[in-house]
Amino acid sequence: MSNVAPLLQVKNLRVEFPTRRGTLVALDDVSFDISPGEVLGVVGESGAGKSMTGAAIIGLLEPPGRIAKGEILLGGRRIDNLRYEEMRRIRGKEIGAIFQDPLTTLNPLYTVGRQLAETMTTHLPIGPGEARKRAIEWLEMVGIPAAAQRIDSYPHEFSGGMRQRVVIALALCAEPKLIVADEPTTALDVSIQAQVIALLKRLAREKGTAMMLVTHDMGVIAETADRVAVMYAGRVAEIGPVREVVKHANHPYSAGLMASIPPLDRRVERLAQIDGAMPRLSAIPKGCAYNPRCPQVFDKCRTYRPDLINAGTTQAACWLYDTEAPRG
Amino acid sequence: MFAFIISRILQAVPVMLTVALISFAMFAYVGDPVAIMLGQDFTEAQRDQLVRDLGLDQPFWVQFATFIGHAAQGEFGLSYRLSRPVAELIAERAPATLELAFTAAALALLIGVPMGVYTGLYRNSWLSRFFLTFSLVGVSLPTFLIGILLILVFAVWLGWLPSFGRGDTVKLGWWTTGFLTVSGLKALVLPAITLGLFQLTLIMRLVRAEMMEVLRTDYIKFARARGLPNRAVHFGHALKNTLVPVITIVGLQLGAIIAFAIVTETVFQWPGMGLLFIQSVGAADIPVMSAYLMLIALVFVTINLIVDLLYYAVDPRLRIGRGKGGH
Repeated sequence: MSNVAPLLQVKNLRVEFPTRRGTLVALDDVSFDISPGEVLGVVGESGAGKSMTGAAIIGLLEPPGRIAKGEILLGGRRIDNLRYEEMRRIRGKEIGAIFQDPLTTLNPLYTVGRQLAETMTTHLPIGPGEARKRAIEWLEMVGIPAAAQRIDSYPHEFSGGMRQRVVIALALCAEPKLIVADEPTTALDVSIQAQVIALLKRLAREKGTAMMLVTHDMGVIAETADRVAVMYAGRVAEIGPVREVVKHANHPYSAGLMASIPPLDRRVERLAQIDGAMPRLSAIPKGCAYNPRCPQVFDKCRTYRPDLINAGTTQAACWLYDTEAPRG
Repeated sequence: MFAFIISRILQAVPVMLTVALISFAMFAYVGDPVAIMLGQDFTEAQRDQLVRDLGLDQPFWVQFATFIGHAAQGEFGLSYRLSRPVAELIAERAPATLELAFTAAALALLIGVPMGVYTGLYRNSWLSRFFLTFSLVGVSLPTFLIGILLILVFAVWLGWLPSFGRGDTVKLGWWTTGFLTVSGLKALVLPAITLGLFQLTLIMRLVRAEMMEVLRTDYIKFARARGLPNRAVHFGHALKNTLVPVITIVGLQLGAIIAFAIVTETVFQWPGMGLLFIQSVGAADIPVMSAYLMLIALVFVTINLIVDLLYYAVDPRLRIGRGKGGH
């Protein structure tokens, strides 16, 4: 896309979960880049590996999950093989994180001011007094009214939407270059969602922060993201500019996903749906993982697994865009 | 806050009255004080005189009210066995029991909590497995057996520590302390371990379970995602969230340590209230027994009040609702 060196590079990432019944592959050969200041939306059904990708990037995969193959580079530096203590210094400082449920992400026993201040004193060369001053500024920036008074409030004294604003302040307060936002609005009331997304978008733009926005809300993606990655069964099915993926998806799965969004400009009798369900990790079909549900499936799809192929406007992991003669 | 304390104290009144009733009933139903005090030879006139002197001819409620009035002033009459005021006997023995209980509780907390944190964090380490196995011993062996085994090893075989008594004590006003002499401290070691071992393992297992629970929560993951150092995550964010259940149990156990020091005191011939109680039971010395019963009830009630206040200090969520009128 652009000529700027990418901020985040994920290369052929493979995440495995060793279990008693063999190894489950949660992510397989996932690759994408995020440029400085860019918002990459990541969509897909539950269990497609969206959140797992985010967890792998911030280095907090739930054990026994582990990165088995591939690399993650931040500003050209490899971060997937760092020791815990080295990675800890990157978390919060260079990669901020926002979680799904603001009701459970804040420690109930500490005031929001203390949680903000401890994050800043951990990563920035400032003392407690300065940290408190900045904590108030951050609360104002995320739109908490009467921030100077609310700084000594506990999380339970805020509403869900306000708490997510506090979480956003916490993720941004050490001024990271990248935010991994894992379904930041899913747990909020619909009326609050738009506000929180607008806030996130505005702050990211002002601070020049890049963002990986994991969600299954296509509306949020269409409004916020520059590019979109569609994930399916632990792989990237399609990646490209948001307009193209939303309007003219090339991968049959993305096309099906987009068709299932209800259009606002006309009435439809029945929403389009994709038949079947995403396979379990232990039973991913041979060939293209989507082949049993794909309306355009042909022989090759059942045997060979497609990698991302240039499909004109986007890149799609689909044999339809293979220009070479079909194999076997 | 003040209103809360008052309401808690008012709630304690019925509890104390009920215990007082039981204590009082002991006089009526366990042995006859008149027969005990008169001995073998007496005249009917002497008997009537004594009944009048003791107020036993009064109606039940009058007697009970008198008993409560005296009890509230710490007045429990004379010990049948030692013919001395019960209050004086207990005041004499209390420092020994309280020092032992305090040492045992401190031991249990200072060792149990870090062990619990460690085993909660490093579930599969060799040391954690060792601690857990060891804690099973602490939980399952009865106190008297632990005491006897300790005496056997450290007093009889090795001869390092005394097997009974309190050692030399120093008088500080009415309080006698064993903390200030070497022999007093040496004498404290074995009984304190015996009394505290069960609590230690209980606290360790409780903290471990709570830590494992808390470490799975989103706010701990988020604290890690914010890049906070492990020390802050484990001992700040995580440990503080395990404290409410730990305080509850520790409070109850501290009461239990004081109340049930009886076994340990008997094994080590520790001159505390528990030993006094056991000796009084043997001699059917009812004033001492009833005073002890009420004292233990008072200890439990007081500890519960302190525990409730600690909840408020630890968990801000409990402060709202009740504190709305105040601040």
